[in-house]
Amino acid sequence: MKAVYALYADPDAAQRAVNSLRDAGVADADITIVSSEPLEQHELGRRDHATWMFWIAAAGGAAGLAFAVWLARLTETAWPLPTGNMPIVAWWTNLIIMFELTMLGGILAAVITLLVTARLPDWKPKLYDPEVSDGKILIGVANPSSASVPAIERALHVGGARLKTLG
Amino acid sequence: MNEAARQDVTRGLTPRERMSDDLLRPLLQTSWRFWATVALLGSVVATGLGTWAYQMYRGFGMTGINMPVYWAFYITTFVFWIGISHAGTLISAILRLVNAGWRRPVTRCAEVITVFALMIGALFPIIHLGRPWLFFWLVPYPSERGIWPNFRSPLVWDFFAINTYLTGSVLFLFLPMIPDFALVRDKTTGWRHRVYGALALGWQGTPKQWHRLEAAMQIMAIAIIPVAVSVHTIVSFDFSMALVPMWHSAIFGPYFVAGAIFSGIAALIIAMAALRRFLHLEDYLHPVHFQNLGKLLLMMSLLWAYFIFNERLTVWYGNEPAEREVFLVTQRGSFAPLFWTMVVCNFVIPFVILSIKKLRTITGCVIASFTVVIGMWLERFLIVVPSLGHKYLPYTWGQYRPRPVEIIIVLSTFSAMVLLYVLFSKLVPIISIWELKVGEHYVADATPRAAAEHPLLKAHP
Repeated sequence: MKAVYALYADPDAAQRAVNSLRDAGVADADITIVSSEPLEQHELGRRDHATWMFWIAAAGGAAGLAFAVWLARLTETAWPLPTGNMPIVAWWTNLIIMFELTMLGGILAAVITLLVTARLPDWKPKLYDPEVSDGKILIGVANPSSASVPAIERALHVGGARLKTLG
Repeated sequence: MNEAARQDVTRGLTPRERMSDDLLRPLLQTSWRFWATVALLGSVVATGLGTWAYQMYRGFGMTGINMPVYWAFYITTFVFWIGISHAGTLISAILRLVNAGWRRPVTRCAEVITVFALMIGALFPIIHLGRPWLFFWLVPYPSERGIWPNFRSPLVWDFFAINTYLTGSVLFLFLPMIPDFALVRDKTTGWRHRVYGALALGWQGTPKQWHRLEAAMQIMAIAIIPVAVSVHTIVSFDFSMALVPMWHSAIFGPYFVAGAIFSGIAALIIAMAALRRFLHLEDYLHPVHFQNLGKLLLMMSLLWAYFIFNERLTVWYGNEPAEREVFLVTQRGSFAPLFWTMVVCNFVIPFVILSIKKLRTITGCVIASFTVVIGMWLERFLIVVPSLGHKYLPYTWGQYRPRPVEIIIVLSTFSAMVLLYVLFSKLVPIISIWELKVGEHYVADATPRAAAEHPLLKAHP
């Protein structure tokens, strides 16, 4: 993988670098931002905020509920066990199973959505630098065209940041 | 400038680097004390496992469990551990939802308790089976033996509730660990680098990944709170659905939930105090964390007393003969010493210590928490055994005395809990490093009052 990037000590400098890259004509989707913590208080950290995760979790809950109703009803009618004068299909008690599986469905759907949309697990090489773990913020462009490299390097050189290249 | 800050300047460390250094130190350095602790705890756990094997070999008759007291030490301890499990995920989820800043160093310590306590708790019904290799009969699946679990049985509800809570709690613990695994991956070499790299799942730290992680944690926090409440309510249904004196009560659900949170907070305080002392986390687990949890423990102590009063008053006033017998045997009879010890441990001592500000120190909170843990185990015992020994027909009355196998197995699970906790804190940063760093932003930007909790920030504004 080819890449040009720089590491910034503070989010303000990183934000300036992102702005410079935009000014140089690099599309947002091509700018890689990597940090060791969420940067909610800066514009660069608020990218890709929109998500369907809440709705998908709700759908997962609904699927869990449907599965619970099916499981409870199927088993109670297939193996009818008279218990304490209760009806064979006892909805009061089935409510407990329905509740638990609804919640389980919602939780699993949220986690699966996280893994799919955040592309985890993914051990393929990608634009990263271990210095990110020391609190540095990585701003860079992966696989840039040869023609755009000088402009990207100029844009990343904000505040005297040291440029790094891969490949 | 304090001493720690002066040392940082000498070593050329920023506060954040010191944070990583401090919290990764237990993972990267191992002292002989660690191995000695593991060996000691491991030998107790091995003794417990050996005793369990002996019980399986000789049969369930080795225990003191006999007609009419079919549930005793094992089910008492099952309920106790499920209660302890309420410390973590529930408290962590509530604090996450209300965005309490002081939660950041506390959440992971708490969530770990939930996972291990649930695992140990869920083991007890299996130990209690006598023939644990048949435990899969509890699992609802179509069986050619014609055995199909009855969906109207509280034991099947337990299966669903405990498994949902365990699955949710494991995920709730694991997800925020991913960025910390990535940090450990970057700070290590060799086999550690490979193992933590695999656990980090290729975490990069892009804004999209952070947003998704935080959204998932929000959803799980919302979902896990009612699940946690349901779990202990359903455990209480194991008792309250049965027509046994002092069990068949509508108050049992909330009473069990309150007791569970009560014992859970106590366990959390003990765990935090131990981590603070042995891993030298004084800069992260501050007196204010113990004071806040101490206030919560005091509130739960009062709530527990309220429930006990409600339960006892109703039984005493109703004066129904069978219930009166259970009431009397616990108030004045053979179980009275245990009952009054429970009251002292769960109410008198915590109330005195935690309601006086001067006594609500770390030591005070830990003392109160130890008494609460003892008191809550006694409470579970007093719910299970006296009622079974004094059912409606006096000719069925009986006594229960625990045998050594039960005592050894129960005690070894306490060792197992500590051992698992020690091993976990050796392998994973016990305080979420990235969440702590985020907390420092908030402190700097918005909440100056909280700076008192963060000497790091005061040293390096």
